Amino acid sequence: MQLNDTNQAVPAESGAYKPLIVAFCCNWCSYAGADTAGSSRLSYPSNIKIIRVPCSCRVNPLFILRAFQRGADGVILCGCHPGDCHYTTGNYYARRRMTLLFSMLDYLGIERERTRVEWISAAEGAKFAATMNEFAETINRLGKNRKLRDLRCEI
Amino acid sequence: MQKIGVFVCWCGSNIAATVDVAAVAEALGKQPGVVYATDYQYMCSASGQNLIKDAIRDYGLTGVVICACSPRMHEATFRKTISSAGLNPYMLEIANIREQCSWIHKDREEATKKAITMGTAAIAKVQLNTPLTQMKSPVTKRALVIGGGIAGMQTALDIADAGFEVDIVEKKPTIGGKMAQLDKTFPTLDCSSCIVTPKMVDTAANEKITIFSYAEVENVTGFIGNFKATIKQKPRYVDAEKCTGCGLCTTKCPSKKSLNEFNMGLNTRTAIYIPFAQAVPLVATIDPDACIKLKTGKCGLCEKVCEAGAIDYAQKEELIEREYGAVVVATGYNQIKPVQYEEYLYNQSRDVVTSLEFERLMSASGPTAGHLQCPSTGKLPRHIVFIQCVGSRGTACREKPYCSKVCCMYTAKHAMLVKDHYPEVECTVFYIDVRTPGKNFDEFYRRAVEQYGVHYIKGMVGKVEQGDGCLKVQASDLLDNRQLHLEADMVVLAAAIEPDPSARKIGTMLTASMDTNDFFSEAHAKLRPVESPTAGVFLSGMCQGPKDIPETVSQASAAASKVIGVLSKDFLLSNPCIAHSDPTLCNGCSQCQNVCAYGAISYEDQMVVDKGVRETRRVAVVNEAICQGCGACTVTCPSGAMDLKGFASNQIMAEVDAICN
Ligand SMILES: Cc1cc2nc3c(=O)[nH]c(=O)nc-3n(C[C@H](O)[C@H](O)[C@H](O)COP(=O)(O)OP(=O)(O)OC[C@H]3O[C@@H](n4cnc5c(N)ncnc54)[C@H](O)[C@@H]3O)c2cc1C
Repeated sequence: MQLNDTNQAVPAESGAYKPLIVAFCCNWCSYAGADTAGSSRLSYPSNIKIIRVPCSCRVNPLFILRAFQRGADGVILCGCHPGDCHYTTGNYYARRRMTLLFSMLDYLGIERERTRVEWISAAEGAKFAATMNEFAETINRLGKNRKLRDLRCEI
Repeated sequence: MQKIGVFVCWCGSNIAATVDVAAVAEALGKQPGVVYATDYQYMCSASGQNLIKDAIRDYGLTGVVICACSPRMHEATFRKTISSAGLNPYMLEIANIREQCSWIHKDREEATKKAITMGTAAIAKVQLNTPLTQMKSPVTKRALVIGGGIAGMQTALDIADAGFEVDIVEKKPTIGGKMAQLDKTFPTLDCSSCIVTPKMVDTAANEKITIFSYAEVENVTGFIGNFKATIKQKPRYVDAEKCTGCGLCTTKCPSKKSLNEFNMGLNTRTAIYIPFAQAVPLVATIDPDACIKLKTGKCGLCEKVCEAGAIDYAQKEELIEREYGAVVVATGYNQIKPVQYEEYLYNQSRDVVTSLEFERLMSASGPTAGHLQCPSTGKLPRHIVFIQCVGSRGTACREKPYCSKVCCMYTAKHAMLVKDHYPEVECTVFYIDVRTPGKNFDEFYRRAVEQYGVHYIKGMVGKVEQGDGCLKVQASDLLDNRQLHLEADMVVLAAAIEPDPSARKIGTMLTASMDTNDFFSEAHAKLRPVESPTAGVFLSGMCQGPKDIPETVSQASAAASKVIGVLSKDFLLSNPCIAHSDPTLCNGCSQCQNVCAYGAISYEDQMVVDKGVRETRRVAVVNEAICQGCGACTVTCPSGAMDLKGFASNQIMAEVDAICN
C-alpha cells in the first residue's frame, strides 16, 4: 500500500518532498499536550506521526535507530517537564539516555538537529504545535536522511 | 494471526468532515489480519458499541482497532464494550484520528492519508497484543487530608459522615486555615468565626476524624488504595493530652516579642502561645526560636505555673507511619507579601497593609479588638484607598498571570464594613475591572457603590508617598482620563493569592502534577475537576486555584464523594500494563532494580529451564502490585529480559515500522 510519498526520495528543493517524522510522546504530559493542541485546533504538519508510550523512559534508543533505519528523517521524544514526571524520575532517565544516543548518532553522521527531546505538559497545546512546526521546518531544511537507512527495505 | 475488526468513527462531522472515513475503512480492511472494517457516525453511542459487539461475535474477532477520538477520552469505554462481548479488554488499540488528525489538518486528502497510517500502526500493534488481566488489590479504608482549612475540614467531615476514618494533617498548631482569620464573609456579611469555629469543633469531636496538628507529611509511597505516609509530628514542648488550654502560661511567659502569625504580624505574642481563643486543639505550643528556656536553659516559668503539668521541654519530633486508601490535598493559599511593590510603600509605612492584614484590623478578635485604627497613629482613618489586582493579572516577573478571583468581592466587603461602622470614613477603590460573577455577587458590589457610596475609580495607583501626616496617592482615572492626587490615611492592597509554598513538595511527594503557578492540576479541566491525574489523589480548595468559600466547600464535598467512592470498594483493579522479566534471559545484573522508582523489583533464586538445562539462577521479579508500568527498567535491561505488557518492545517496533513504511 502506498501511504505516503516519503519513500520516493524527492529532492528537498522541489517542494513536494515531505520528510517523515516520528514523535514519541509520553501518555501523561506530551500525548495529552498533543490532544490539547487538537482541541485548540492548532495545526502542525501531517507527516508527523505520534507513538504513545507510558513514559519517555519507555523509549529504547533502539526504537529511534529503527525509525531511522526504516526511513524516518527526524525523531522527537516528548515527555513531562523535569520534576513533573508522572513516574517521578522517568524523564530524567530519558534525558540521560538520549544525550548518549544523540552523541552517538552525531558520530555516525546523522545531523544533531534530526533528533530532539522536548518537555511539553498536558496544558501546553500551543507549545506542542509550535514545537512540531519548528521541528518539521528544521527537518525540511535538512532534507532527506540517508544515513543508517536499511537499503534492503527500499526497493 | 489475529482476526482484527476495524471501526472508524465519524464523530459526527468532527472526523468525517476532514477525513474520508469510508476510504479509511476500505484501506484498513485490506491490511493483513483484518477480517472486518466499517465506519459509523458515533462509535461511542449505544448503537455504535452494539455494532462493535455484534462484529466481535459474527466475525469471531480476536482484536479490535478503533479509529476515533483520543484514547484518553474513550479507551475505557471501548474496553468495556469489547469485554462485554467476551473479548479480553486489552485486545484493543485506538488510533487517535480526531485530536491528532482531523482537528489539526484542513486538507482532506492529507488527513485521510494520515488516518490510514495511524490505523495501520494500530493494526500492527494489536497483532501483537496479548490478553491481560487486572490485578486485584485491597483498599485501606482510611483517608489522609493534608491541610486543615475550611476545605480540609469539610472534606474530612463528609468522608467521616460516610463512615470512614480520616486523618487531617495540619502544619499549624490549629486547624481553621485562613477562614478563621477573616472578619465577615461576602456576600452575606455573616461573621466568619461564627461559621468556621463550630466546624472546627465538629471536626475535632468527630470520632472518625483524627487531627494531627503542628504536623507535616514527610513522605508518601504506594498507590491508590494502598498509600503509606510518614507524618512528622513537630514537638510542641507541651503534652497535648494534659494541656487544658487555660492559657495561664501565656500570661506569665517573659518572652513577648514574637510576631503573632494569626494577626498577620500586626502585634506580638509570647513564646508559649495559643494561636487564638477558639483554636482547635486548644493547646499551648512553645515556639523554640523564642523560648528562653529552650534557648538558654534558664527560665522555666511556664512549667512552674502549669497546674496540669503539661510542659515538656524534652519533647522530641516524632515520626508516625499510617496507611491510607486515598489522599486529599487541601493545602490552601497565602497572600503574597507585596514587598516588591515599593511604589506602594508597603515596606515603609505601617498604614499600607494587605487585605488579609486589614481583615485582622477589622476583626473583633484582632489586635485592635475590631476598632479601625491607622496602625501608625492609632487614630480613625478619614480616607482609605483600596488598590485592586496588586500582583495579579500581570506579565512582569513580580506578577501572577492569573486573576486572584476573590479580591473584587472582599474589597467591596471591606469598604462596606468600614462604612457600616464608620459612615464618615471615605473609601475609594482603584480597579482594572470589577469581576463579580457568582450568586448575589454583583448585587453585593452594587450595594457598595449605590447604598454605601464607596467611590470606584477605574485606573491604577502609580505611587504612594509619605506626606505630612497622611499618605499621598497618585493615580490615574482612566474613564475621565485625568491624573488624581489624593490624600489617604490608609492604603489596603488586594495582594495576589498564591499556593502555599509547601505545595510543590507535596506535589512531588504524591507525583501529582501542578501547573506553572504551583496550583495542583486537575485530571480533566472540565470533567474531573477534583481529581489529580494521579489515581487516589484528590484536590480540595484553594490549592487547585483561587476560589471563594462557597466554591471551596463545594469542591471539598465533591472531593470527599470521590474518596468515598474509592474507600467503599473492598478491592481495586490495577493497571495490568506492567513490567515483567523473562527468567531465561535475565542475567541478574540488578540494573532494573536500581532504576525502579517504586522499589517494585527484587531478586530471587529461581529454577530456570533454559535450552533444556535446569539450573538455579538469581533473576529479577516484578511485584505486580507495586509496578506502575513506566518502563524505565525495560530500557535499562542489557539482556532484553525485561518488557512491558501493553507497550512491549516488539509492539512499539511494529508501530515504528508501520509508520515508516
Ligand atoms: C483578604 C481575604 C478575604 C476573603 N474573604 C472572603 C469572604 O468574605 N468570603 C469568601 O467566600 N471567601 C473569602 N476569601 C477566600 C477564602 O479565604 C478562601 O476561599 C478559603 O479560605 C480557602 O480555604 P482552603 O481551606 O482552601 O485554604 P486555607 O484556608 O489556606 O487552608 C489551608 C490549610 O492547610 C494548611 N497547610 C498548608 N500547607 C500544608 C502542608 N504542607 N501540610 C499541612 N498543612 C498545610 C494551612 O496551614 C491551612 O490551615 C478571602 C480571602 C482573602 C485573602
